[in-house]
Order: sequence, then structure tokens, then C-alpha cells
Amino acid sequence: MRAYLLSRLGQTVLVVFLSLTAVFFLVRLGGDPVLLFLPMDIQAKDLNEFRERLGFNDPLAVQYGRFVGRALQGDFGESLRYKQDALGLVLERLPATLALAVAALLLTFCVAVPVGVLSAVRRGSLFDFLGMGGAVLGQAVPGFWLGLMMIYLFSVRLGWLPTGGTGGPLHFVMPCVVLASFYAARMARLTRSSVLDTLNEEFVLTARAKGLAERIVIAKHTLKNSAIPIVTLAGLDTGQLLGGAVITETIFAWPGLGRLTVQALLNRDFPVVLAAVFVFSVTYTLINLAVDLLYGWLDPRTRAGARV
Amino acid sequence: MRAFVGRHGRGVLGLAIAGLAVLAAVGAPWFAAHDPVQSDFAAGLKPPGTPGHPLGTDQLGRDLLARVLYGTRVALFIGLCCVLLTAVVGGLLGLLAGYFEGWAGTVLMRVVDVQLSFPFILLALTINAIVGLGLRNIIVSLSAAGWVVYARVVRGEVLSVKQRDFVHAAQALGLGRARLLFRHILPNVAPSIIIVASLQFAQFIVAEAAISFLGFGVQPPTPAWGSMLSESRDYLYVAWWLAAFPGAALALTALGINLVGDWLRDVLDPKFRV
Repeated sequence: MRAYLLSRLGQTVLVVFLSLTAVFFLVRLGGDPVLLFLPMDIQAKDLNEFRERLGFNDPLAVQYGRFVGRALQGDFGESLRYKQDALGLVLERLPATLALAVAALLLTFCVAVPVGVLSAVRRGSLFDFLGMGGAVLGQAVPGFWLGLMMIYLFSVRLGWLPTGGTGGPLHFVMPCVVLASFYAARMARLTRSSVLDTLNEEFVLTARAKGLAERIVIAKHTLKNSAIPIVTLAGLDTGQLLGGAVITETIFAWPGLGRLTVQALLNRDFPVVLAAVFVFSVTYTLINLAVDLLYGWLDPRTRAGARV
Repeated sequence: MRAFVGRHGRGVLGLAIAGLAVLAAVGAPWFAAHDPVQSDFAAGLKPPGTPGHPLGTDQLGRDLLARVLYGTRVALFIGLCCVLLTAVVGGLLGLLAGYFEGWAGTVLMRVVDVQLSFPFILLALTINAIVGLGLRNIIVSLSAAGWVVYARVVRGEVLSVKQRDFVHAAQALGLGRARLLFRHILPNVAPSIIIVASLQFAQFIVAEAAISFLGFGVQPPTPAWGSMLSESRDYLYVAWWLAAFPGAALALTALGINLVGDWLRDVLDPKFRV
């Protein structure tokens, strides 16, 4: 178990390192950032001084070496726009994004699992038809359009919900629904098919033959055994939720990591971009690790000792 | 009949919707009475149902119907290019990595792992912000972010197909590697490639719209749904139709393609999981 954990953590470090390297070189290929954020009428002398100060005049290899050396100490440089420590800026925004992602994930579970299970148990019923129809629709409707339409209906027309920003629980409603819609739809469909598969297993037949109540057969014998694909998807989705937050946060002016990243990309604020990539990839790989550990609990056959 | 509807109903519906989108894209010049980029300030922000403008006009007086129809062109073109590019590149790399299993294949799969450990939309957005804006660059960015799925799926399939008797038989007959790969192994992994392609098609179209919505990707005045939706945000209080119709077209197109994809998966390989 310990060896397994160590090797997985090593993988995490490798993934983070490689993604940072890739983004570093991509960013440098993208041209001179200095011209983009300095005023148009700047003199050549000042321009050069600015480049010198930021180290853009050095050979690429030197810049890369310096970047890695500093990044190891958690120093991604200063934001070109906010004149603040880039990593600090990113970490400051992380809680808002995580709060949104966790709320959206909870909403996804609370809607998708009951709908999926009921659709499977009452296969072919009206509920199944409507639930799965809604799920197919939910997968196709892009979140940012849903967001715009919800703002129009609930904020502009009815005035029930705030158009964006943070504040009270009401501010969570629309961003959460928008962020969760796609994932809830997919998870509902997966839950349904997974439960249907499990219902065909012989141990379910046995449980019924023993005369157990249908409620217990479903809740205890079927659900836990259908959980593996659902947990896998939830793990993948948690990472994708962070990506989806980029769009949702922009629509609803949510002061999170996604919106900061979009703005940094638009402004070519590269220290912030690199720090954001770092935080995204660390979070994402740690989530995947947590999901893999959860498997062992759900299905002892896949426990680390058996696999590695 | 009931069995046919149960098994193929969704596919027929999806094909009908997707067909409609293709028709709109191909026939845009005939269906649209106006030029999609021709502005007319005197007729700005007219609501749907205005004579001559069935879906209304935008802030510059451009006909919304024409813009939505031409937007179909942009969306399907980008989706199609991305799917073809990623299927060929990712499929070929997966095929080679699965067949040869050398160090190059291992390195390739590590790259795939790293790339898959990053949210797709964020990756495509970052690449797009760096390589630059415009139609060609958005295709490049989306493809660069999307090819890995094929590589992983195809490699896995090749690893298992390679073990089957007919491949050993072909090898024993002294068949060349290229012929073995492309005539015997490729046809056996083709269904997976088709399924991934159909499932990714809609994802590419929606991702393109999302990236253009954020201000990257396709730039105005090109009538792309994403940038139309982005512009519509400033007029949400006065002109709901600017947000409603391009988004509805996008959702409907994605729905049609997804239905076709689901149906293809059910028909070709019910056990398939991406």
C-alpha cells in the first residue's frame, strides 16, 4: 500500500512537472508578452529595460532553468497585471472555485443517482422515459447558454436571483445548476445502465429468493455493486468540473480560479497562467488518486496489494 | 416495429436533426434572405417576427436568421475538421503504439496520460490563447487537445486484436507489416474509431462555441454561435432573442449528433466505454 501510494505520488509530481514545462514553452512560443501590456507609446529604451527586468532577454534554456528553480520554491513570479505574487493570487481564488465545484458535485449526485436508480428499477415507465429524455437533453445543452437563459428568466424577468457575483446562498443557485447540468445528465444515464447490469447478476436473484424486501435488494445489494463506474465517472468529472468552472465563473462573475485564468490568458499575464496550471494539475491529479483509493474500499478485488 | 423503434428510434431522430443542420449549413445562401455580416443601423435590435427578419436583428441590424444559418456552417466545418484531424492522427499513433509496443509507444502513452490529466476545455483554451485566434487556430487547438482519446482507445484495441488467431495466421503467411496493420488490424478497430469520432463531434462543436464565447477562438464578424452568444450578453436586458436562437441552434445540433453517437455505440459495440 505504501509503495503504491509513493509511486502514485511520484506520478503526480511527474504530471505536474510535464504540464508546467509544456505550458512554459508554449507561452514563450506565443511571442513577446511585454508589447501586449505596456502602453503603445513606450520608448524602445524602456521596453528593453522592462524585458531585461523580467528576464525575457536571456536564452530560453536559462529562462526555463530559472523558472523551474523558482517554481520548486513555490515562486511563479509576480503577476504582470496585479503586481502581486502569482501563486498567492491563484490560491486566494481557489476556495471560491472549490466551493462551487463541491456544491455542483453534491447537486450532481443528489439528482443523478436517484433519477438513474429509479429509471433502472422502473425500466420502461413514464419516469424512465422523462428522466432519460431529460438527461439526453441535459448533455446536449451547453452550460453557458443555459446560464444566459437562466439569467434572463430568473434575474432579468422574474428578479428572483442575482445575476452574478458572490454573497449569500442565492448566489450559488444558478452557477451550481449550470455547472452540474451536463455532469448530472451523464451520471444519471451511467447510473441507470450500471444498475441495470447489476440487477441481472445472480446475487440479486439470490437476495430476492431469500425474500428480502425490494428496498433492501436495491439499496444494499445492487447500489454498492453498481457504484464503481459511477465513482469513476464522478472522479473524472470532478476534474472536468474545474475546467467547466472556467466558463461558469465567467458568465456569473464568480471570483474564482477559472475566471482569473481566463483573464490572465486574455491579458497574457503568464506568471498567473503558469501558477494556475500548477494548481489545476495538482488538484486534478490528487482527486484522481483519491478516486483510485476509493475503489479499494468499494471493491476489495481492486485493492492496491492485489494490483501492484 | 416496436423493437425497431426501441433500438433505432433515437438514431433516426438524431439523423433527422443532424441532417437538418447539414441542410442549413449547405443551403444557408438560399434560405437566408440577407447577408450575415451586412449591417443596417436603422434596423437594429428588431424583435423576432419583424417583416423580412423572422428571428429579428442584432445590435448592428444584421439579420439573425442569416447569422444563425451561416453559424451552422462555421460550427459543422470546425467540428468536421477537428474530428478528421484527431481521428487520423490519434488513430494512427494509437495503431502504431499498440502494434510495436516499443519505448516510443510508452513515451507516447505517458504524453497521453499527462494530457488526459488536464480538463479538456481548459487545455484547448490555453492552447488557443497561445497559438492565436481565428478559424484555423481554433481547429488546431481543439485537435491538439482532443487526439489523445483516440490514441488511448485504439492502442488498447490493437493490443487485444493483435493476440487473435487471424493475425497470427496472417503473420505466418508472411504478410508485410503495413498490409497486416492496415488490411487486417485497422478494420477491426475501426468501429471504436467511429464511435469515438461521433461522440467527440458534438464535444468539439460545443467547446468551440464555449471558447469563442470567452473571447478567444472565432472572432467577429464571422457568424459563429459562440461569439454571437458572447455579444448577446450586453443586450440580454433588451433583446433576449440574440441569446436564445444561436444557443438553441447549438443545443439542437449537439443533441442530434449525440443521439447518432449513442445509437452507433449501441449498434456497433454495446460494451464500449470511453
